[in-house]
Amino acid sequence: MQYSKKVLEHFTRPHNQGLIKNASGVGMVGNPVCGDLMKIYIKVKKDKQRGEVINKISFETLGCASAIATSSMITDLAKDKTLEEAMKITRQDVADALEGLPPIKMHCSNLADEALHEAIKDYQNKRK
Amino acid sequence: MPNKKIYLDYAATTPVDKEVLGEMLPYFSEKFGNAMSIHSFGQEALQAVDSARGKIADFFGCAPTEIVFTSGATESNNLTVKGVLKSYYSKAENRGKKPHIITSEFEHHCILDSCKAVEKDGLADVSYIKPGKDGVVKVSEIAKAIRPNTVLISIMYVNNEIGTVQPIGKIAKLVKKTNKNKMENEFKTVFHTDATQAVNYFDCDVERLGVDLLSMSAHKVYGPKGIGMLYVRKGTAIRKIQDGGDQEYKMRAGTHNVTGIVGFGKAIEILKKNMPDNTKKIQDLRDYLIGKVLGEIPNARLNGSKIRRSPNNANFSFRDIEGEGLLLSLDMEGIACSTGSACSSGALSPSHVLLSIGLKAEQAHGSLRMTLGKYTTKNEIDLAVKKLKIVAERLRKISGSVLADYYSKK
Repeated sequence: MQYSKKVLEHFTRPHNQGLIKNASGVGMVGNPVCGDLMKIYIKVKKDKQRGEVINKISFETLGCASAIATSSMITDLAKDKTLEEAMKITRQDVADALEGLPPIKMHCSNLADEALHEAIKDYQNKRK
Repeated sequence: MPNKKIYLDYAATTPVDKEVLGEMLPYFSEKFGNAMSIHSFGQEALQAVDSARGKIADFFGCAPTEIVFTSGATESNNLTVKGVLKSYYSKAENRGKKPHIITSEFEHHCILDSCKAVEKDGLADVSYIKPGKDGVVKVSEIAKAIRPNTVLISIMYVNNEIGTVQPIGKIAKLVKKTNKNKMENEFKTVFHTDATQAVNYFDCDVERLGVDLLSMSAHKVYGPKGIGMLYVRKGTAIRKIQDGGDQEYKMRAGTHNVTGIVGFGKAIEILKKNMPDNTKKIQDLRDYLIGKVLGEIPNARLNGSKIRRSPNNANFSFRDIEGEGLLLSLDMEGIACSTGSACSSGALSPSHVLLSIGLKAEQAHGSLRMTLGKYTTKNEIDLAVKKLKIVAERLRKISGSVLADYYSKK
């Protein structure tokens, strides 16, 4: 399995790792059968000009190197984004930012976008 | 080992012993003859092949004519499944009568996939016996599965992932008893064992074992890659599956891999000489490793029986850790192991071996196989466990409580 330098960087030193207490929203995806479980925590702040912004974001992931790296990368990509902007982040964006993923990993371990979107939906549902 | 990296994957392959390499070298460019040629070059090569064959036959307690050189255990296992069926169908009275094969769920893929291939082609029905939770196949389960038309039983001697030892001698007795009750012209059940992982440490005398066919690869016993053999008991119903020359008593066509065969013979000779000492030394180190890992790393378990186990094998599962990440992290620290996680192999589901002994998917994904060899030292074990502790802690920090959260939500 050939991983890019960027993937190995994020795997060995992941960004924004851990949990957020009193998070505004939490999203969990994956299952133990496929081997990857990801949880994204977000804290949302209201900005007068931009509206709702992801102020803080973090992750916890049980999974292979690419599962950990994609989780780490999406926290970087989504930080300080409005909810609308964050909803538009795709798995391709994550893979591109990581300088590519091995083809087999594209779908099985690239779930971070779903976890992020779940966290945002969780926040929005709570406010309803 | 020459460098500072620590190799704990001896079940995958072993380095070629220096003495073995020395023995092989002249056969590349100086004594390069084709063992089938009748001139002096060929005779020189043939002599080397015969001498190696003799050493190997001596180790397995069989006649030299019962050793069939192949490219390795994968080929030997393919030859077993497909060759026995070929022999069965060569008899006019068997045409149109589908025979039956018994194997276990946790065989190597080369046996399982051969069985699936012949099933798919409609050539045989196959029963896959589930091993016990301890990783040992019960003889009674095999007895229950035997049918009047069972032509082949193939059970591995030592499992390659969890190192558990299978009751080959007892199964052989069962097969003999079954065959005794058959009519003279009936197709007898052939008993095969894949002994690839057993040869280093276990008695492989084919008379004491009572097997008809036995496979192995030289590269697992400090010999070269690309050479192995199938022991074929005289009179066993098996036919060649590869056409060409008359090599290997017409059982396996193809120019002899002379250098490989020479190396194979030397490796077996060295193995025989050092077997008792190495087995004891490696088992002590392995027990030390298991004790340390289970004692120092929380939520670790040993997979497979601790007693009925190959002296060089340790296979653990760590909760809240996934094996590919673990393997990669250890590799970055210079420690080479193996895992049953799907993610490491590009497969979609984790190790069929670990699932067959009742592990949950996440336990199989979180597995680590550490296999020792004759060059392993206590110092290496100490260092490996030290690094393993650090890596496990780091990965557990990353996974946090996701697994527990997942189950609490279900």
